[in-house]
Amino acid sequence: MAGPLLRIRDLHLTMTSFDGAAHVLNGIDLTVQRGEIWGLVGESGCGKSLTGLSISRLVPTPPARYIRGEIRFEGRDLLQLPMREVQTLRGKRIGMIFQDPTTNLNPAYRIGEQLVDVALAAASHDASVLDCPADASRREKRRAARRLAGDMLDRVGIPNAKARLDNYPHEFSGGMRQRVLIAMALIGRPDLLIADEPTTALDVSVQAQILKLLKGTVADHDIGIILITHNLGVVAETCSHVAVMYAGNIVESGPVEEVIERPAHPYTQALMAAIPTKQSKRGTLKGLGGSVPNLVSPPPGCRFAPRCPLAVAECTQALPSAVEVGTAHHAACIRVTGTEVASDV
Amino acid sequence: MSEPILQIENVSKTYGARRTLFGRTAEVQALKDVTIAVHKGESFGLVGESGSGKTTLTRSILHLETPSAGRILFEGQDLARLSPADLRRLRARVQIVFQDPYASLNPRMSVRDIVTEPMLVHHDILGLSRTQRTDRAAELLSLVGLGPQHLSRYPHEFSGGQRQRICIARALASGPELLLLDEPTSALDVSVQAQVLNLLCELQDRLGLTYVFISHDLAVVRYLCNRVALIYRGELVEEGATDAIFDAPKSAYARMLIGAMPEARVRREVS
Ligand SMILES: Nc1ncnc2c1ncn2[C@@H]1O[C@H](COP(=O)(O)OP(=O)(O)OP(=O)(O)O)[C@@H](O)[C@H]1O
Ligand SMILES: Nc1ncnc2c1ncn2[C@@H]1O[C@H](COP(=O)(O)OP(=O)(O)OP(=O)(O)O)[C@@H](O)[C@H]1O
Ligand SMILES: [Mg+2]
Ligand SMILES: [Mg+2]
Repeated sequence: MAGPLLRIRDLHLTMTSFDGAAHVLNGIDLTVQRGEIWGLVGESGCGKSLTGLSISRLVPTPPARYIRGEIRFEGRDLLQLPMREVQTLRGKRIGMIFQDPTTNLNPAYRIGEQLVDVALAAASHDASVLDCPADASRREKRRAARRLAGDMLDRVGIPNAKARLDNYPHEFSGGMRQRVLIAMALIGRPDLLIADEPTTALDVSVQAQILKLLKGTVADHDIGIILITHNLGVVAETCSHVAVMYAGNIVESGPVEEVIERPAHPYTQALMAAIPTKQSKRGTLKGLGGSVPNLVSPPPGCRFAPRCPLAVAECTQALPSAVEVGTAHHAACIRVTGTEVASDV
Repeated sequence: MSEPILQIENVSKTYGARRTLFGRTAEVQALKDVTIAVHKGESFGLVGESGSGKTTLTRSILHLETPSAGRILFEGQDLARLSPADLRRLRARVQIVFQDPYASLNPRMSVRDIVTEPMLVHHDILGLSRTQRTDRAAELLSLVGLGPQHLSRYPHEFSGGQRQRICIARALASGPELLLLDEPTSALDVSVQAQVLNLLCELQDRLGLTYVFISHDLAVVRYLCNRVALIYRGELVEEGATDAIFDAPKSAYARMLIGAMPEARVRREVS
């Protein structure tokens, strides 16, 4: 079998801010194969976006500093590659949907022009992106690119899509702008797609349509996706795998069924209890007690220990390593029994 | 029921078509003859699919957008007829949390400046000294799960969810009576979402606030709101008590939305 599409190992990242260096990624391990959709979940500020941005090498250094670890894309360590090569990979092979739609659309250009540019750039690497012969004239290519742009806008659920290609970003609603970014990322035909909260501003029906589109893209083009979200419902319906992050660590990971049916880590269990259900009475929703730790001087040992209902003195001694608690299902908690994972898995 | 604090009467909004190089852009009718009354002290939920006109409606309530037809009344007064001075006073009492926490925070302002700005703008009403403003900002930050240590930081140093909480703190700064919340929790993870929802409930009970809560998350709306209106393509399709709509939806749209709720396996209680 070919090597994995993406393999992150022991990634440590610090961010220098006003009051010191915050250890925001504290040994991330994550492997993504083609055909897999990985959900990356966890509380606000736990490092999901920084993990995604690291893969695209879009975290500014400084203030960021990579302390150790590697991010291998088809075997090549992105942290070691010259920036020029990373940039070509980013345009061509690694696609990104940003959490922040407004700043990533150029307000001065029409929606259609921005999509056409992406389609033409993608077609220069892979002619099959456009539905026209490779030796077509520029004019024909442009026309094909515009057709593709209209189709893609339609597939992300923009009503009357073709007539709206000439709108500017500010003439679209919040959710529509978010969908323009999704269309843009899919037109680029990446091998690895990092989607950071792609459906947060969308209602359930549009969300369902987008998630189906993402799943369809994985099936049709055998790509890998990392879907960053805080919505466990979305993960349950879309992802094949899930990794749960807490304060810069992945505390639990595995096939989605496994993790959701049998959450092993106390943090994952607490997260699931915080979702409002039909029975929730007003004002009684269980948030997690306490708050996310300060990452400049994080608590010793397991970073979740100060908030953990099961914590014992031993928890503060060392960062727990991942143990196998089910098939390919890992949890990093000393209160969970399982088999020790060899460190070179 | 108490008297309405906000009345939206037959409001329509059309964005005109434009001529372009390739032809014409479509004309968009963002709101069609919408009538809603929101009462003092209630939580009114506004649910509708993306692009259905929810943000347009809140922008109209704030008078940032002029309706093409109809009128909007705050405590019985027509917004379109208020003098600029009255409109300014009104803005201390009606605050909004915008949908997009990125675009709505000025990157050059520290968190302290962001949260204290409304107190400065409405200094004539609030009359807080500089130290009082800073104290209040610190208090508001802890209310939303951040802390005084964040006062001197800048927006780019925060994650998406943290920025949304700064926006909520800012919206509460002028002591508003009516809060328009445009998807305030969609950028938040479930744990912070739970904190923010509980916070909103608590503030409402304590301060008697009125909420217009826009969301596409029906579970959240059901949790927080006592009444709901559903809009579809700019039109009001159903309105009523939350329980009634969830238990016996009348419109096909309501049934579709409720059917599409990601109930999912996650909903099982985890002990
Ligand atoms: N430029 C920066 N300077 C200092 N700290 C930063 C910077 N960018 C991010 N951080 C910090 O790094 C941590 C991780 O941020 P990240 O954006 O990855 O969170 P996230 O998991 O994506 O959260 P959310 O769900 O709210 O988007 C946060 O605590 C954040 O405050
Ligand atoms: N300035 C504008 N010019 C032209 N059309 C506009 C403008 N602002 C909004 N629209 C259109 O009006 C419709 C309603 O937009 P609005 O922002 O109110 O939707 P929304 O219900 O808030 O959606 P979302 O949930 O995606 O934020 C959309 O079709 C949008 O494209
Ligand atoms: Mg993020
Ligand atoms: Mg909106």
